[in-house]
Amino acid sequence: MDRHSRQWTRLWAGLTVLAALLLVGCSGGRGVAQAETTSQQRAIQNKGSDTLVNLALAWAEAYREVDPSVSIAVTGGGSGTGIAALINGTVDIANASRQMKDKEYEAARANGIEPVEFTVAIDALAIVVNLENPVSELSIDQLADIYTGRITNWQEVGGNDAPIVLLSRETNSGTHVYFLEEVVRKGASDNTDIFAPQTLLMPSSVGITSEVRRNPNAIGYDGLGYVDTSHEKTIAVAKDANSAFVLPTVASGADGSYPISRDLYMYTAGQPTDAIATYLAWILGPEGQRIVAELGFVPLPEK
Amino acid sequence: MSTNPSLAASDTTEESAPRPRIGEWIIENLIRLAGLSTVVIIGLIFLFLLREGGPTFLDIPLRQLFGSRWYPIEGIFGLLPLIVGSLLVTVGAVFIAVPLGLITAIYLGEIAPPWQREILKPLIEMLAGIPSIVLGFLGWVALAPLIQNAGAATGLTAFTGAVILAYMSLPTIISISEDALYAVPKEYRDGALAIGATQWQTIWRVVLPAARSGIVIAVMLGIGRAIGETMAVMLVTGNAANIPALSGGMIFEPVRTMTATIAAEMGEVAQGSLHYNTLFGIGIVLFIITFAINSLAGRIVGTRGARRTGGKL
Repeated sequence: MDRHSRQWTRLWAGLTVLAALLLVGCSGGRGVAQAETTSQQRAIQNKGSDTLVNLALAWAEAYREVDPSVSIAVTGGGSGTGIAALINGTVDIANASRQMKDKEYEAARANGIEPVEFTVAIDALAIVVNLENPVSELSIDQLADIYTGRITNWQEVGGNDAPIVLLSRETNSGTHVYFLEEVVRKGASDNTDIFAPQTLLMPSSVGITSEVRRNPNAIGYDGLGYVDTSHEKTIAVAKDANSAFVLPTVASGADGSYPISRDLYMYTAGQPTDAIATYLAWILGPEGQRIVAELGFVPLPEK
Repeated sequence: MSTNPSLAASDTTEESAPRPRIGEWIIENLIRLAGLSTVVIIGLIFLFLLREGGPTFLDIPLRQLFGSRWYPIEGIFGLLPLIVGSLLVTVGAVFIAVPLGLITAIYLGEIAPPWQREILKPLIEMLAGIPSIVLGFLGWVALAPLIQNAGAATGLTAFTGAVILAYMSLPTIISISEDALYAVPKEYRDGALAIGATQWQTIWRVVLPAARSGIVIAVMLGIGRAIGETMAVMLVTGNAANIPALSGGMIFEPVRTMTATIAAEMGEVAQGSLHYNTLFGIGIVLFIITFAINSLAGRIVGTRGARRTGGKL
């Protein structure tokens, strides 16, 4: 019995020492890694918009072959999250599906950071409904009425007699803010309408698509890159009473005929240098823009 | 192990004069420190909550704070929909979990033959081991479509959240109230049966009242688990900051709970902003509600204890 417990004591002591060594090793290892990055291996921290995250991942993956010495870590979380991280100095590049607000510029300057903006792609925001839904055309006015709760039944826009279930991204999503400004408020700066309180706020793009796929009453919006027209239906949108209804496609987004499209941005802390500058130049070049089109986003018009 | 040296130390001190025993003194104080640290940590957490969340109640007029709209990116901070959402989901969960849990506990403790008990008890305890997010995902994938097909506009409703939370708190309610039933002396049952009561009368009139304090604790712990749950609720309640109109169907409408709001919005918020403070303010409200539930439980249990000692001993 006594020998047994002594063995246990020894085992515990051994484990404790091991844990301590591991801890020391970890903190030491990080220091070494940092030293290395300055000389040869460069790590770029890239964070932000969920709309951009798949695109940013595809870029990072393709860039690995262009320059293997640069490793790019991409995470999502929303435009606000990425910008907050840039302000706090924890990322090199922030992805955003909206422009930074004045408040955010001020906060960054207060931390000694001057954000620099790059337009990296164009995103068309598709309005999606269930495949069973007979409605296929809506004007911006109708969409605004639907999302503010003035229209609550599909019958009022030519559909079945069924309640409309509103889906939106969470308020920390750049897509939410863009939709609020361009659709709910129809682009008018003096309009203070907000989403109806009945709007379901989904924590992710996947949340919206899966609810639209199973709920015939639902309407949602999502980046064109996320829409799979074999499982959900996109709605043709007209800017006003005099314009035609246009379906969201890469072509209609690029030529501007689709009314709900927007620029996507990357922000750096100060003018980018060395590895970050080369990476951004590559993204804006033909190689990077080819990937934009592949993922269902709209490439920047050629200059 | 480490107990060996202290045992040896106490042996030697017992042989000699009654000097202060150093080993004992150290252990006593370690235990005291451990006990005090809980109190200190809770105090610190509350101070932190007050410091970060306090400005909410100073900067936002009370009328707005109890307004019916929550739209923080436009500076509209009405907490009412969130409080109603949390209460609706929690009360719904209690209405499902308490009867179900109590009946299961009574069956396990009073009626089931031992071999069934031995199979069922570990199974129920296993339910407690399922991570909440897995239950939430199950609700999202399996339960929500069922509720939608049953006629709701969407399957993401307060009811969906309540069912998931009920199953999350069931193991707590069952095993603690079963323990309480088990603690009722056998003489009570024998006495009741001896004066001609049926088994049902014995359970309902004698055993349950005797185990009341334990059952109350079980229910309160279950509620505590339900009201604080976040991720699973966020997946299945739809997160619409809406106050459903007062009606029988109100539980079949989407709601947004306090916990889901904090979790969904904390990542984006700028530190030190009013929105940030308000999220901590929600934390204070949640803290007060849980505290109220706990002290209510304490009071119920307290009166029961007093009556027992006053009447019987």
